[in-house]
Amino acid sequence: MIPLSHFLIISACLFCIGLYAVLTKKNAIQILIGIEFMINAAVLNFVAFGRFDKVNGGGQLFALFAIVLAAAGVAVALAIILNVYKHFKTIDPSKINQLKD
Amino acid sequence: MNTEQLIFYFFAALLLISALMVVAMQNLVRSIFLFFVTLFSLAALYLFALADFIAITQVVIYAGGVLVLMLFAFMLSNKELLNSLHPIKTRFKFYQLTGIFICLTFLFILVSINLQIDFSGLNWIKASAPILERDNTTHNIGILSMTRYLLPFEVLSVFLMMALIGAAHLARKGKKI
Repeated sequence: MIPLSHFLIISACLFCIGLYAVLTKKNAIQILIGIEFMINAAVLNFVAFGRFDKVNGGGQLFALFAIVLAAAGVAVALAIILNVYKHFKTIDPSKINQLKD
Repeated sequence: MNTEQLIFYFFAALLLISALMVVAMQNLVRSIFLFFVTLFSLAALYLFALADFIAITQVVIYAGGVLVLMLFAFMLSNKELLNSLHPIKTRFKFYQLTGIFICLTFLFILVSINLQIDFSGLNWIKASAPILERDNTTHNIGILSMTRYLLPFEVLSVFLMMALIGAAHLARKGKKI
């Protein structure tokens, strides 16, 4: 049986890799991948704690909910990225700096 | 070190190395294909937390849905988008250094908090009945989602429909949004 803290350390590393991608990448799709890493680190925490919660099952159920929400978020975010590209001709977030057209 | 730990640490190393390569890779298409490896090894880690249904859902939704969506999004879109994704050769920039610094600080905080807590001494963990290898977790999830977690389940279904309609509306061709 793998101890709980090993799961948590792995998910902390994964979260920080995602944070790095969000902070430094110059491409909206790579930032989206970084957000996916962070969501997956949270899901790994949910699942690791959920092993000790058989009766209520909160960890596994909410891990499932988080995966589905992330999938819906990706679909909307990709549609937004395509529209932003059509409008601004770039998907570098630091160059997209105006709200009005 | 027994076989279980050996396989667990193999998949953990695979997960972290492939995640680092996804972030460090210059070529976007290659990094998305490496993202497959990351997600599959993450699903393997879910199996070690005795969450088999979550692992299958991870493979089906992420590897089957999200990644194919990502690949389609810039393979089917116009050629300029793909061209703009080609890397510009750049030196190591200052903002990358600050990004690495912030991430390492955050990692240090998380890991040091993690090492200070004695998880096996926590009251709710001592009082809980952990999931055993012979338990049928899928059965458990099915019953719980229809009884105890019925409200989040239904809210989620409404949200999914909203996201579906919204994404289809945003991605449609023709007039402005």
